[in-house]
Amino acid sequence: MTQTLEWTNAVFLSEVERRSGTPVGACLQCHKCSTGCPVAPEMDLLSSQVMRMVQLGQEEEVLASNAIWLCASCEACTTRCPMGIDIAGAMDTLRMLAVERKAAVPDKRVKRFNDSFLQSVRWHGRVFELGMMTAYKLRTRDFFSDVDKVPKMFAKRKLSLLPHFSAAAKKVRQAFKRAEEEEKKR
Amino acid sequence: MKFAFFPGCSLESTAWDFDKSTRAMCRALDIELVDIPDWTCCGSTPAHSTNASLASALPAMNLQKARALGLPVVAACASCYARLRTANRKVRDDAEERERVEAIIGAPYEGDVPVRHLLDALINDYKADRVRAKVVRPLSGLRVASYYGCLLSRPPEVVAFDDPEHPTCMDDLVEAAGAERVEWPYKTECCGASLSISNSEVVARLSHRLLSMAIRAGAECIAVACPLCHVNLDLRQGDAAKAHGDLAPTPVLYITQLLGLALGLDADALGLSALSVSADALVKKVSTTAQPARAGVVR
Ligand code: SF4
Ligand code: SF4
Repeated sequence: MTQTLEWTNAVFLSEVERRSGTPVGACLQCHKCSTGCPVAPEMDLLSSQVMRMVQLGQEEEVLASNAIWLCASCEACTTRCPMGIDIAGAMDTLRMLAVERKAAVPDKRVKRFNDSFLQSVRWHGRVFELGMMTAYKLRTRDFFSDVDKVPKMFAKRKLSLLPHFSAAAKKVRQAFKRAEEEEKKR
Repeated sequence: MKFAFFPGCSLESTAWDFDKSTRAMCRALDIELVDIPDWTCCGSTPAHSTNASLASALPAMNLQKARALGLPVVAACASCYARLRTANRKVRDDAEERERVEAIIGAPYEGDVPVRHLLDALINDYKADRVRAKVVRPLSGLRVASYYGCLLSRPPEVVAFDDPEHPTCMDDLVEAAGAERVEWPYKTECCGASLSISNSEVVARLSHRLLSMAIRAGAECIAVACPLCHVNLDLRQGDAAKAHGDLAPTPVLYITQLLGLALGLDADALGLSALSVSADALVKKVSTTAQPARAGVVR
């Protein structure tokens, strides 16, 4: 069956373009971005397909894809796109929109990792690895992956029991609060 | 030569060996590093994936603080470096972004404090020849694959101190240290970066690909300048081999550790005990085969 797709819903496209500051509409489907993408084999949609679906206004499919969460922000696509599209930047915007619009995120591990990391920064001004990992494990309820690394990392002094506080931690907490307010205005 | 130093969270914890070897190497080269006082996290990938304002404000807080030192900022972590540069660019190019950032950090900031990567400072300011002149223990015969990963050379609009597809700065330094550069095709391929914890299965595939190509190209060890690349290639090397097939154990060293060895620093001063894949055999090799150029300087 052939399905005709029409470029009728430009609302989503213009939103993504405004938030990311990059002209997703200029994508001419050369697929260069997808060819060099390190996580393409695991993605349900290739980056070039994501760009096309944004053009076509297929918001729901894009925001519920695992592709936007598997993107490793390696910037290979952004570096190579002949149309100068910052694809990695557009992926950032799509992750934010997926959270704001409560899209059905298929695999929540990346989101939970990001939340655990940022919570650690918010409290200490710097990342406290052990605390961040514990928070991540509580969020994902995955208590077994990587536990074999923990004794080794302690032995190699790569993990410490106590957080490193920055003396500016309070300022960081304030910045988080203000940044959350600023973000709502976008 | 003097810089304001932004260590970043990794160098304070999981990559303490990168921190130690960076400081030791800089001392040996007479490069002075002054830590940015009370520095805070750059936000890394979690911030730019979650909140665009925060992703610009966290680096800007540090750069604004660095201004008082009156020195260009240097970062050793490739990821911190990219975040600091990106924030500078956004604040400079976009008046609205600048307003937002200034409101968040509660101070004026124009995006004007220069940010350099340690490799940029070494290759473009200090110069490879000056490094070569200080080498007391040439790493003769050691075959090194330099692995740049993503953020040292990409995207060129942001970083731009080396070629985005074929960077050579680390290779030139490897040669200055007396070692042999290994040409290989994956020097800027991604290791999976921060998917390390959330999608370790993807990282195992990518790391295996990188490691097996470096080995095929004849590398005895790999040089890196990013704590995430290091975790994925060193700490996760065993996982990669378990999931995708045996790999000859290949030490992954920070470029600062390799240069430090050539400058005559010992394993302890360079934090080599932190490596998961031991570099002992490699250290022994360069200590026995390489004749110290100037006797008495080797510690
Ligand atoms: S490289 Fe650019 S133009 Fe080509 S498919 Fe990807 S986004 Fe579109
Ligand atoms: S930035 Fe993301 S989408 Fe682009 S090539 Fe890298 S992983 Fe793929």
